[in-house]
Amino acid sequence: MLVVTRRNVFHAALFLILSLVGVAGLYVLLEAPLLAAVQLFIYVGGIASLITFAVTLTRDMMNPNVAGRNRQWWAAALVAGALCGVLGLAVMHHDWETTPGPVPEHSITIPSTTLVKSEGFALPFEVTPVLLLVALIGAVTIVRER
Amino acid sequence: MIPLEWYLILAAALFCVGAYGVLSRRNGIAILMGIELMLNATNINLVAFRHYLQPAAATGQAFVLSVYAVAAAETVVGLALIVTLWRTHDTVVPEDADLLKG
Repeated sequence: MLVVTRRNVFHAALFLILSLVGVAGLYVLLEAPLLAAVQLFIYVGGIASLITFAVTLTRDMMNPNVAGRNRQWWAAALVAGALCGVLGLAVMHHDWETTPGPVPEHSITIPSTTLVKSEGFALPFEVTPVLLLVALIGAVTIVRER
Repeated sequence: MIPLEWYLILAAALFCVGAYGVLSRRNGIAILMGIELMLNATNINLVAFRHYLQPAAATGQAFVLSVYAVAAAETVVGLALIVTLWRTHDTVVPEDADLLKG
């Protein structure tokens, strides 16, 4: 919550890191340790440091006379609150047919060969590096000095 | 055992906080942080559903992994745009980017 209410962007970034670590803890609770590790590596290690780097590159919003919120912030709060209420009602009214019992061992630790061979995720695994490469080249092209 | 609804409500709240951040902040970096919060909320939903509804399938985790890749790409490109905006316009507010206004 403090991520979006803090005026200082650097404080907001620190609280974002805190909430990302909390989500990693939730993954551990949901018996997905691989995802928790990936969350810590990619989000807390990569994206969070990128964001703090960008914040320090663009130290403009630190002066207090610039408003942190735009003019439609009350409408945004209204929409977000209504959305939260609707989602909460929908979640509470639906009868989830949960399957109790422990998670199978092979589902907790997934080797990547299982994903590619037996689950048919070969194509997404091929496409993902291409996407990352395109993003990398695009970012370098955008930021390059002309 | 925590019921599934709690995870879903937590994810819904996180998503709404992120949506509020995207809609109400002026700083571009803060808007990107709101998007990160929303992506994390959907990931919590995916992992919770995988844990409670389809524990044997690997689909949920694979989907979360692809969400990671897309989120990383989106953050990199967004931050590059903001840094370029800062260089050319001395601002990080997307409203002030009026290069196309003539």
